[in-house]
Amino acid sequence: MTDVPVTTRKDWATDQEVRWCPGCGDYSILTAVQLLMPELEVRREDTVFVSGIGCAARFPYYMNTYGLHAIHGRSPAVATGLAMARGDLHVWVVGGDGDMMSIGGNHLIHALRRNVNLNILLFNNQIYGLTKGQYSPTSERGKVTKSTPHGSVEQPFNAISLALGAEASFVARTHDMDRGHMQEMFRRAHDHPGAAFVEVFQNCNVFNDGAFAALTKRDARDSMLIDLCHGKPVRFGADGEFGVVMDGGRPRVVSVADVGADALVVHDETDPDPSVAFALSRLANTNDVPTPIGVFRAVERSEYGSAVTSQIAASQSKAGPGDLHKLLHSRPTWQVA
Amino acid sequence: MTETSARTQEVRTTDGIVLRFAGDSGDGMQLTGDRFTSASALFGNDLATLPEFPAEIRAPAGTLAGVSSFQVHISDHDITTPGDAPTVLVAMNPAALLSDLHLLKPGGTVIVNADAFNERNLAKAGYESDPLEDGSLDGYTVVTAPMTDLTKRACQDLGVKPREAERSKNFFALGLVSWLYSRPVKPTVDWIDGKFAGRDTVIAANKAAFAAGHAFGETAELGASRLMVQPAALEPGTYTNINGNTALSWGLIAASQQAGIPLFLGSYPITPASDVLHELARHKNFGVRTLQAEDEIGAVGAALGAAYGGHIGVTTTSGPGMALKAETVGLAVSLEVPLVVIDIQRGGPSTGLPTKTEAADLLMAMYGRHGEAPLPIVAAQSPSDCFFTAIEAVRLAVEHRTPVILLSDGYLANSSEPWRIPDVKQLDSIAVNFASKPNHVNDEGESVFWPFRRDERLVRPWAIPGTPGLMHRIGGIEKEDGSGNISYEPDNHQAMVRLRAERIALIAHHIPPAEVVGDPDASVAVVSWGSTWGAITSARRRIESAGHRLAHIHLRHLNPLPANLGDLLRSFERVVVPEMNTGQLCRMLRAEFLVDARSVTKVSGQPFTAAELVEACWEEIGTTGAAR
Repeated sequence: MTDVPVTTRKDWATDQEVRWCPGCGDYSILTAVQLLMPELEVRREDTVFVSGIGCAARFPYYMNTYGLHAIHGRSPAVATGLAMARGDLHVWVVGGDGDMMSIGGNHLIHALRRNVNLNILLFNNQIYGLTKGQYSPTSERGKVTKSTPHGSVEQPFNAISLALGAEASFVARTHDMDRGHMQEMFRRAHDHPGAAFVEVFQNCNVFNDGAFAALTKRDARDSMLIDLCHGKPVRFGADGEFGVVMDGGRPRVVSVADVGADALVVHDETDPDPSVAFALSRLANTNDVPTPIGVFRAVERSEYGSAVTSQIAASQSKAGPGDLHKLLHSRPTWQVA
Repeated sequence: MTETSARTQEVRTTDGIVLRFAGDSGDGMQLTGDRFTSASALFGNDLATLPEFPAEIRAPAGTLAGVSSFQVHISDHDITTPGDAPTVLVAMNPAALLSDLHLLKPGGTVIVNADAFNERNLAKAGYESDPLEDGSLDGYTVVTAPMTDLTKRACQDLGVKPREAERSKNFFALGLVSWLYSRPVKPTVDWIDGKFAGRDTVIAANKAAFAAGHAFGETAELGASRLMVQPAALEPGTYTNINGNTALSWGLIAASQQAGIPLFLGSYPITPASDVLHELARHKNFGVRTLQAEDEIGAVGAALGAAYGGHIGVTTTSGPGMALKAETVGLAVSLEVPLVVIDIQRGGPSTGLPTKTEAADLLMAMYGRHGEAPLPIVAAQSPSDCFFTAIEAVRLAVEHRTPVILLSDGYLANSSEPWRIPDVKQLDSIAVNFASKPNHVNDEGESVFWPFRRDERLVRPWAIPGTPGLMHRIGGIEKEDGSGNISYEPDNHQAMVRLRAERIALIAHHIPPAEVVGDPDASVAVVSWGSTWGAITSARRRIESAGHRLAHIHLRHLNPLPANLGDLLRSFERVVVPEMNTGQLCRMLRAEFLVDARSVTKVSGQPFTAAELVEACWEEIGTTGAAR
């Protein structure tokens, strides 16, 4: 697309004052997106950001594109209609864990299952921010919040497991402390035809500060983040001293010295069977153990809007373009003189 | 049975018959009624139908709960209702007889499948003795036919197993009534060939049963019961028989053609609205996109998303679904985007009566959103009128950039009537006018786009994604009038609430005035909306033919109401408002115009009969019973 005008970050930013709390992880995600957009070679007018309700859902106001700030939980549904109607657009969906995994959980899983051409960014901060600090469906068991003064007794969702279980064709995870990694994941999501789901570990410094610090602070990353790379053994640690093996169908973190490099599982994001990707997603269900990031799954599957459009084209080539007069006379008729 | 000879009997002519087919859910009564209707339509009768079926797919066979009925009124003149009471009842089993006999006109004809009146079935229905023998049917003309047995015999040489042959007994019934009421045979035979193409034994069995039923009439010497209803003198033109849901679907397609933008339907299966989804899903060659969404909220959300993208966004549902969609409809009010929300009303609250009709969602359509969230409401008056009402709903939505609620109901959805097919060249066009350039100069002298800068009708521009230079962000948060930027300013919100109300109120200048049918100088006016139109029209004609005067004002537009309505209502001494709810429009009229309107209501899951409305009007007219 050589005719796309050259743009800079400035062209993708609006004049609206950004109203997130100072220090919020959302700022770094916004910066990553605004810096990435000029590289994607798309037109601003062909780009739409759709959101629901919550802190993350304010995102569209800060992007100089078309933007639709809808209602709580419904952004995947609204975006589904838009993407079905307009296959020419690049539709991004932005929301938090309450918005997309709780009130909008149903729309999310069905958008993933249908493989609608959407780039879905889940800002997971494991807390309700805009309503001032209640536990969310990704909050850990025992979490003490205003609505769980004695600690949450609920099992949280693992967003990656959920997306894989919902038949998502593209599933990735990144975090708000690494702009380069975020941009790589967002770019991959953009390039993926169909529904792309990216979970972003995002810090809410007001209501859940440091939720991911054990994983994402600079000196912890090497030993706590397992960067999944397609075609390579799953390996981490400052010197790659740790790795993951599949042991009786279950993933296990090992010392490479103990098992040998050949025993490590080789990551295949294109595997049509999501079992291994799911297994990798189960390595960490709390934020204090080594946690995989990167692309878990990226498989080709018929994209929903195009499939619908092809049915329309097939129907038109078979029956001809719609003829209203013919339609109204398509059932038995009779004449009254 | 009367003792007469078919040979000497001439077929008597009558001006109309109301026939009711009743049987078990599995007996094919809807299909039988539908075939009788189609043959009558092709013959040229005017007609109206009332299908009635249980909410269960297959309630236990032979029980009252499993009875499925289809009533059809055929006539040699213009009619508007499926008939107050059937003149003929076809009962395929004891349960059907017990359930529907009380509806039959005194002296009417009962046609029964004698084979089904065995001890077991009588007991299942709750009969203590056999009504065919105990005098229960005295006063009716009774035609008994061993339909099951004769059907099996007709099929015995066709290689059809007896159990399968038995399933064709509804065609025996159809053959018999086709003979009794002089219906043409060919449309049904042709239909069997087409419908069951490739299943030769089924075709053979159904045709054999149909022929056997036809022959039975002749051999059993039922000539005295034969009747003929001549074709009706309808307006010249090409006609087709159509039900409300099909007409609605076609109206949406027509609107999309007239507007020149594609149609998008987001829907979730629900009785009695699902047929609109089914019908539209068939017509992809019109560029129609249909989404069977994950739930009602997803359905309306997707429709809104498509509308934001420049399509005609439509969602169809029934009452429970309307409740779920309310928040998204409120968003559409705030965004000021076109969205058509179609409610095929059914008995409520909650699951209520899924397969029965009611029109009790008017106040929900008016007020069922949080905050001040006005929107236009239109309602269809007859099955074929659903076509034009759908076009009107789309026109209002697109041209006034607003969600519109269209109210139909379960009766209109499934009932059918002959429809004079309109000339598609005569349909009005719908003006879309997507925004294409900036509409405002800011303080720095730059040309910019203001999404909420309004025209003289207070309508904002519709700038769709993909349009260069018009990028903008909108949402459900209150916005500044003009720029559309988020605004929590007290004065702005007050102004916006008033603007949203005013722009809907202004639509009253873009719809036709209310009209009086009947005598505008009558002292009593009946005001109505929705499917009550048919029964009221029929009642008005009866009152007129008794030499009395009545005015009828039927409203297609329920919000805003026609601009002349207040003055019109105040010109009558009495105003009567019949409704299939507990008085919702009546309340609106009283509140809006301070008129002493009187409510006449029915909430039994059944449409009004003309007789009930004649009665109600009569009371108002103040005429004594003797005048009847």
